[in-house]
Amino acid sequence: MPSAEGAFSWQPLPAWLAAIVAFGYLSLLFAVAYRADRQARLGRSLTDAGWVYALSIAVYCTAWTYFGSVGRAASGGLWFLPIYLGPTLVMLLAPVLVRRMVRVAKEWRITSVSDFIATRYGRAAGLGRFVSLFVFVGVVPYVALQLKAIAFAFDVLTGVPEATAAGWWSDRSLWVAVVLVIFAALFGTRHLDVTERHEGLVAAIAFESVVKLAAFLLLGAWVTFVVFPGPGAIVEAAQARFGTAIAPLDVVDGLHYGDWAVMILLSGLAFLLLPRQFQVMVVENVRVGHVDRAAWQFPAYLLLINLFVLPVALAGRLFFVDVSLDPDTYVLALPLAQGQSLLALLVFLGGISAATSMVIVESVAVATMVCNDWVAPWWVRRRQVAELGHAEIAGTLLWVRRVVIAAVLACGYGYYRLTGESFALVSIGLISFAAVAQLAPAALGGLFWSGGSRTGAAAGIAVGVLVWSYTLMLPSLAKSGWFEAHWLETGPWGMVWLQPERLFGVEGMAPLTASVVWSLGLNTLVYVLLSLVFPPHGAEAQGARRFVRVESSAGAGGVWRGRVGVPAVAQVMARFLGEERTRELLLGYARERGLAAVEALEVDAAFVRFAETMLAGAIGGAAARLVLETLLEEATPSFDDVMHVLDEANQIRTYSRMLEEKSRALEEATRRLQEANEKLTELDRLKDEFISAVTHELRTPLTSIRALAEILADDPDLPREDRLRFYRIIVRECERLTRLVNQVLDLAKLESGHGEWQPEALEMRDLVQEAIEAIVPLAQEKQVRLEVSIEPGLPAVWADRDRVVQVILNLLNNALKFVPSGAGIITIRVGRQAAGEVAVQVADNGPGIPPEFIPHVFERFRQATGGLAKPPGTGLGLAICKRIVEHLGGRIWVESLPGEGARFTFTVPIAERLEPGNEGGGHDDEENPSGR
Amino acid sequence: MTKKILVVDDEENILISLEFLLQRAGYDVAVAHDGDEALAQAERFAPDLILLDVMMPKKDGYEVCRLLRQDPRHEACKIVLLTAKGRDIDRAKGLAQGADDYLTKPFSTKELLEHVERLLAPGTV
Repeated sequence: MPSAEGAFSWQPLPAWLAAIVAFGYLSLLFAVAYRADRQARLGRSLTDAGWVYALSIAVYCTAWTYFGSVGRAASGGLWFLPIYLGPTLVMLLAPVLVRRMVRVAKEWRITSVSDFIATRYGRAAGLGRFVSLFVFVGVVPYVALQLKAIAFAFDVLTGVPEATAAGWWSDRSLWVAVVLVIFAALFGTRHLDVTERHEGLVAAIAFESVVKLAAFLLLGAWVTFVVFPGPGAIVEAAQARFGTAIAPLDVVDGLHYGDWAVMILLSGLAFLLLPRQFQVMVVENVRVGHVDRAAWQFPAYLLLINLFVLPVALAGRLFFVDVSLDPDTYVLALPLAQGQSLLALLVFLGGISAATSMVIVESVAVATMVCNDWVAPWWVRRRQVAELGHAEIAGTLLWVRRVVIAAVLACGYGYYRLTGESFALVSIGLISFAAVAQLAPAALGGLFWSGGSRTGAAAGIAVGVLVWSYTLMLPSLAKSGWFEAHWLETGPWGMVWLQPERLFGVEGMAPLTASVVWSLGLNTLVYVLLSLVFPPHGAEAQGARRFVRVESSAGAGGVWRGRVGVPAVAQVMARFLGEERTRELLLGYARERGLAAVEALEVDAAFVRFAETMLAGAIGGAAARLVLETLLEEATPSFDDVMHVLDEANQIRTYSRMLEEKSRALEEATRRLQEANEKLTELDRLKDEFISAVTHELRTPLTSIRALAEILADDPDLPREDRLRFYRIIVRECERLTRLVNQVLDLAKLESGHGEWQPEALEMRDLVQEAIEAIVPLAQEKQVRLEVSIEPGLPAVWADRDRVVQVILNLLNNALKFVPSGAGIITIRVGRQAAGEVAVQVADNGPGIPPEFIPHVFERFRQATGGLAKPPGTGLGLAICKRIVEHLGGRIWVESLPGEGARFTFTVPIAERLEPGNEGGGHDDEENPSGR
Repeated sequence: MTKKILVVDDEENILISLEFLLQRAGYDVAVAHDGDEALAQAERFAPDLILLDVMMPKKDGYEVCRLLRQDPRHEACKIVLLTAKGRDIDRAKGLAQGADDYLTKPFSTKELLEHVERLLAPGTV
């Protein structure tokens, strides 16, 4: 077993090498971020993956984790753990808690944790300003801590306490800070609309998380398995050397279980609400679903990075037992002492990555916060902004952010240089944690309790901050020698009960625990009590309900009683979001509401809320509201009141809309009924007309028959000639009646679809000849010439024999009626029509059909007289023909010019096309038996 | 003096039967096949009574009736409408056009002659 007892010396690495490696690494970071941004622009998101999201959350593990955990474990055993147990527990709740935050943030386009709180409490600009300022102040020491860690890492690696080496310009941590400002400004302020995520930034952070984990695991594995034969061996050696390997849980540094609980709570809250955590977890979240996977991926990361903390800590203690070496340096000192320069460099890089990732994200998050809460609202209020275009506005605001980023780092650096060595890494971090935790009652309460009000939140935070400053910040400043510390013991003005670290005389708690208990406790109490006394109202209540329920803002309608149109609002949006993006957003919004175009949108309460939310993504909630308020100036009775009125009016409107919809449905039903009724009436009228026509056609022959029969009966002495003439007429009229009755029945059968059809493959030639044979005697009687031409080789048609003959006969009879006696010519042509049809044409040289009558030719009881006396016939023949032809799948039409005869044509489909089972041909019958 | 009757119908067989019937009953009978012919015949033949079919090509019975009634020369002429449509509405329409009587086909010869005689009896206006 190796032992370094009494042999403390290591070979430091040259300073230039450390500098090259560090800045080389930072260049790599630029490359990663640049590539991810490029990929994102090409539509291939690298960060749209659950594990990238989980890795980016690991920005939680800062240099404090990296160097401090081992330091902590070396002196306090398991005391390093609660800082990771808090986040682990929070992540177990992530599917409820974080998911909700993400969804709310996405819906309201929340840009930061201060925006989150301000938005929840009715776009409370003042509250947002206060929170962002407080967070800024609270975070600066934390940033300082990272810069210090970087300097510290350089010192350990190169063996030169550089802070004392030369002037400020030789301070490498300063140059690292400058590079970080450039990086954060480059990749953290790419678009004004922060809800358009920073892909490059997130990718770089995830990459850094991999680096620090890999480096730490490598170091841990090397220490545990190479330097020592295994974790058991380390524990045994420690027990042999120190009596106990790990300090008992309840008596570490005088800390107790209560301190554990408070620490877990504190770290959990900080994990949720630290600006950088909120940034990566909520603002940069690509998909809500990633939260669920991160719920186990991130705790797994924490487990891995803490896996070797205890072995390394014990190994360090064993190694440097006789040397008073800061345990925070163990991770670097161990490989250096063993001459493992490469490993030491890697560990150094891990530390750099842990520190830089924190600084980058934190500064970007704080910059967004400060810009949106302080600069943007103040700036957009100024008149001249109204004249600026999108490019100028976005450009200016982005530069504001960059300046704030630089300011954050400058403050951090200044703080670090001022406080110097007076702070332990851990204590700075915990002060920041306790500061951020003051936001928890307002933020988390606001997420789950719609009763939480602005007054309650503001007062709670104020009280919390006050108590935090008094019990934690001031004592720590005093202890580091900024001012006299004796009042810590005596209390201010000798009031012992106001002793900062033993407030109200309560003892037995560690200072941090006491501070957290008092500040967070009073904060929560004030928040709840004042919220109950001054409940939210108006827009605040509406926002509160929507936060808690995560309602969709798209659902609410309502009319904005303003004269401002959509184009005006769109113009304002375009100034902050850009023309193209605005158009996209508006179109998306319009589509969501089922409208085809942006022009169809109306400026209603929902639209204003939408515009406000979209603007909030770019310039923060407070500024967004101000912009819209200025635009919709006529709503002077204050936005809150208007929203309140709209809220109530909305409900009424929803009811009335429902009523309207109902009555519209009723109207629609009525209209349909009316239509059906009209149709029925029309059908009824047609039926009446038909019956009336049939009646007429029946009565007319009956009149002749009856008159003649009565004449015959009355006068038996009638001359034989007259008698015979009358008998003949009676017989003819009886035939006419019979024909009429038959045709009416035939038509009824055709129309009801009950006719008997026996379709088969037929030669049209046969059918035409059959019909002609039947008509020849009549034609001869009238001395009409029949001309027939039939195209040879016609395919068989698929039809009912009797019906087709009936149609041809009808047409021939019809023609015969109209052709002049003695000079009549009827032409019959049979040939192919369009694909798959055989056509029969019957043309005559009669008077033709008047053009106005042609459309009615095939209607029932429409007989053209052609100026002559009424032709014989029932007026049903052509109607029957039409129905037969159509039933067979053919067509029938007529062409005619007055004086030039009429030409009737009908078609019948050929058998090949319609005969069932024809496609398979006759082969089926032959194949089937052989197949079985 | 022999009364003159004009029979108007587009059905040849009805004209044949009514002409025969009325001639045998002692009237002077003329026939017409459609509305136009009826008006011409009324002009030329100056009948005392017209048996007028309603459903005819060209001008229908109502139209002929209306035109005749506008002409003062036919003031005294009686008009009997003959129709195969036996609906009340047709009857009312006919009488509104100035017809004196209305018969639904098929009618008995006896009924027809009675109507004709009554209308042509002296003293009937």
